Amino acid sequence: MKTVVSVIGKDAVGIISKVSAVCAECGANIVDITQSVLQDMFVMVMLTEISGLNCSFTEFSDKMKALGLDNNLDIRVMHEDIFNSMHRI
Amino acid sequence: MLNINDIMETINMISEENLDIRTITMGISLLDCADSDIKRSCDKVYDKITRLAGRLVETGENIEREYGIPIINKRISVTPIALLAANGGDPVMYAKTLQRAADATGVNFIGGYSALVHKGFSAGDEALIRSIPEALSITENICSSVNIGSTKSGINMDAVKLMGEVVRQTAEITADRECIGCAKLVVFCNAVEDNPFMAGAFHGVGEPDCVIHVGVSGPGVVQAALKKCPDGDLGQVAETIKRTAFKITRMGQLVGTEASKRLGVPFGIVDLSLAPTPAVGDSVAHILEEMGLEACGTHGTTAALALLNDAVKKGGVMASSSVGGLSGAFIPVTEDAGMIDAARSGDLQLEKLEAMTAVCSVGLDMIAIPGETPAEVISAIIADEAAIGMVNSKTTAVRVIPAIGKKAGEELNFGGLLGSGPIMRVNLNKSPKRFIDRAGRIPAPLQSLKN
Repeated sequence: MKTVVSVIGKDAVGIISKVSAVCAECGANIVDITQSVLQDMFVMVMLTEISGLNCSFTEFSDKMKALGLDNNLDIRVMHEDIFNSMHRI
Repeated sequence: MLNINDIMETINMISEENLDIRTITMGISLLDCADSDIKRSCDKVYDKITRLAGRLVETGENIEREYGIPIINKRISVTPIALLAANGGDPVMYAKTLQRAADATGVNFIGGYSALVHKGFSAGDEALIRSIPEALSITENICSSVNIGSTKSGINMDAVKLMGEVVRQTAEITADRECIGCAKLVVFCNAVEDNPFMAGAFHGVGEPDCVIHVGVSGPGVVQAALKKCPDGDLGQVAETIKRTAFKITRMGQLVGTEASKRLGVPFGIVDLSLAPTPAVGDSVAHILEEMGLEACGTHGTTAALALLNDAVKKGGVMASSSVGGLSGAFIPVTEDAGMIDAARSGDLQLEKLEAMTAVCSVGLDMIAIPGETPAEVISAIIADEAAIGMVNSKTTAVRVIPAIGKKAGEELNFGGLLGSGPIMRVNLNKSPKRFIDRAGRIPAPLQSLKN
């Protein structure tokens, strides 16, 4: 199963490193990564493969959420199917 | 890789525009629970509901977490209880049983304390209808509905007369709680069997033993999309609504199929309704105002609503394998921030709402009326609404709340999704009493002869 990790917030040094550190810690494999600045906001989207996760999905998602809170970022972990079903026929 | 703009659009819909799945509703047939001993019957009802829906809330929460999409309500609809009550006994026992089952499963509503009497009363129907005020006053999470007419069979005016009294009694018996009983009671014409939305949900006899329905929402998303085309003509407005409805419905379809897979229960339908909440940015009235009306309720409102309702269906129908329920735009006054404002300012009147129900998905919904409104006037409101549904082959409904002890202009406050709102003026100058007292049946219209 693949999930989309989205990070939105004010640009700062080390965001990608912190997010990918959590991915590595939990055993989530980063398949693709893209970033851009939209409406003055730093936006990063990561596609991760989580079949090799060493913790539960909830723990992974909670860790990302906590990282977001600590760094004033909005981090969400969502199943990729939600985007596939909405934007692809 | 997915397009970053598409991803941001979805996240924005959820975080800024109140996009959510309004409800996952599990329909459960209770036909096999009927027993000549009502106590045994109630035990079977409790066992079956808790067995099938035991994991419903947990499953809903898991999907919510994994997909990152809020699922606001987890609910159950059951076979109209009148069919079980036909075996005798006090129907209120079923209401108590359903409440126990709601507590055990953790769902926020069970719908189906219902009777279908569009052509006449059969055993159990009248006893159940007369027990509605008591049942709704002693339970918290049970919803009741009565179908009093259909295009095929006409309008059962005996039932219409009775329901006017029942609505009033329900308000009186719950007067100390803002008359909340009436917020859980709907009178239908052309009720549908697979509606996932409360208070009118019940599990029709033509449905499978157990099934999962999903009701989507998203007035805020439609409004935000329309904001981006302020100068387009109405063709472009319709096109924008269709595109948005398509996306919303795809999400509902995904959540529905996932829930059905995880629970091992067949997937039923997606209900495409735009269901507002009192939250800012989640209002159907504001969509109509975004189209160019100064206030919801002014001239042009019916046309704007017709466009909205039709475009929602056209966009949604392609996005789901099976569309059903009520599917359209709801116009519940106390649950919609824009309607509340329009009703307060006097721009939205009951008469205009009645006209709007000819083109929206349901009917007169969540309208507080003065406490002095007599039963026969409530019956007459029901009869008018049923006539619109019967002749136009559509579902119509009445969910009015007589605010006991209060007058037009004062307010009722239910809290939560049911919201709050002003008591609307009702025309009480002249009485329809003689017409309602005639009772009997309004014959089915010519539209019923389609064979």
